[in-house]
Amino acid sequence: MADDDVKLLKEQLSRQKEEIEKLKSLLQDKLKLPDVFTSDNDDFPTTIPAVNQLDKESIARYSRQLILPEIGIRGQLLLRKTSVLIVGCGGLGCPAALYLTAAGIGQLGLIDHDEVEISNLHRQILHTEARINVQKSTSAAYACKQYDIVLDATDNVATRYLLNDGCVLAGKPLVSGSALRFEGQLTIYNYKGGPCYRCLFPKPPPPETVTNCSDGGVLGVVPGIIGCLQALEVIKIAAKIGRPCTQRLLLFDALDGSFKAIKLRQKKDNCEVCGSSPSITELIDYEQFCGTRATDKDKVLTILTPEERISVQDYQAIVENGEPHLLIDVRQPVELEICQLSQTINIPMNSLSKEETIKELKEKLIPQADRPKTSVFVVCRQGNDSQVAVKLLKEKLKQLPISIKDIKGGLKAWARHIDRSFPEY
Amino acid sequence: MTLPVKLEFSGGAELLVNKVRSHQINLPNNDSKWTLRSLLIWIRDNLLQERPELFLQGETVRPGILVLVNDTDWELLGELDYVIQENDNILFISTLHGG
Ligand SMILES: [Zn+2]
Repeated sequence: MADDDVKLLKEQLSRQKEEIEKLKSLLQDKLKLPDVFTSDNDDFPTTIPAVNQLDKESIARYSRQLILPEIGIRGQLLLRKTSVLIVGCGGLGCPAALYLTAAGIGQLGLIDHDEVEISNLHRQILHTEARINVQKSTSAAYACKQYDIVLDATDNVATRYLLNDGCVLAGKPLVSGSALRFEGQLTIYNYKGGPCYRCLFPKPPPPETVTNCSDGGVLGVVPGIIGCLQALEVIKIAAKIGRPCTQRLLLFDALDGSFKAIKLRQKKDNCEVCGSSPSITELIDYEQFCGTRATDKDKVLTILTPEERISVQDYQAIVENGEPHLLIDVRQPVELEICQLSQTINIPMNSLSKEETIKELKEKLIPQADRPKTSVFVVCRQGNDSQVAVKLLKEKLKQLPISIKDIKGGLKAWARHIDRSFPEY
Repeated sequence: MTLPVKLEFSGGAELLVNKVRSHQINLPNNDSKWTLRSLLIWIRDNLLQERPELFLQGETVRPGILVLVNDTDWELLGELDYVIQENDNILFISTLHGG
């Protein structure tokens, strides 16, 4: 997109933002809605005005839950004076925010590191298409202190450890939810003698074992359900009712249509952050600790040398000139159904190292009289897996007179630089 | 006498065992009692498809996997030393991080 377009859009955006703020404050005056803070404002709430009775409008607004004996005026006033920080305004955070606002939570803080992207819209019901690529705010760390309850609706391991430590240090309960594919998990950390995240997972998982939603996929309604359950747990904590999901992990299996609650350990005395002699007494570098970035966004790897890679432009020239070559797409079959280049053979990453795969490949690559040396190109979604694959194939096929390169930037680069109509996902 | 147990894998751990979430197995007769320690070795040798390091680290499960016996955290049961009982339901959960 041209710079001018970007500038124009940004101007439009800031005008719209002003307009939204104006409408919000008008609406707030009219309805006496709870203050919804977004961290672009940077002024975190300090105190919520003390209220010891509900006005007529509030009674009408919350009447359905007010007549529940467990809530009543008592519970509603407790909700009114509770502040909640939601970190991550994605598939989990959006429904949670919606229901907490509707339930009459006093103050809501929203923080997100991400930008809103179009692929997120199916599970992020509060964002509209117009707000795509709006840079939301950064920095969660010390915000934990400002709120009564923190809701972890983030999408990556590093931020989960950060929020855990932040909540332990600030003495706040952490209502944690997560979702992937067709599964969801929910628990409350650091509450009523239950464990913290570190009690369960003292060591972060090896980065190669962590699957995020952009790689593994997720059905939007699954985080929707978990996000709603997180809102429910917050309401239970705030109104002091029921049995909060502490020292228990709730597992949701969407395909099976089942929930399961499992009993977890108590808080561990030797826990590095919540134990009796903690070694972590202030926040640390969580990206370094986990060996991953605090985002589920696509990371760009550089494993191969420039000579082992080819640009999408150069590959297009090879196709146009009709130069003989072999193109291997290493994505999963379901991804090839979404889009693929012509003349592709599919060898998914996980079967690449299998012996029969290598054997078949070798047969295809045996030198012929008319082609003494074959060019092999490897492609994937965005050019990370393809590099890993090239490294592996070079090792396995080193006896053969072939050249193996990966297509730099993968199909994403193809879509951006060669064929604008090619799908990106 | 073999020892019947049910193994379950979820949260992505099932991807390491041929995408099958539930495995009804009979542990073969053993000189010593079957523990979670020896079960992990059995799983490595009999169920894991490839790259055992995605499931195991040393003699225990890798960080990020929770082990539950009959819906209870194994840490409450003695972890690796827990002696497996007939018809135990042993669940391996990989924690999710997405949202
Ligand atoms: Zn702890």
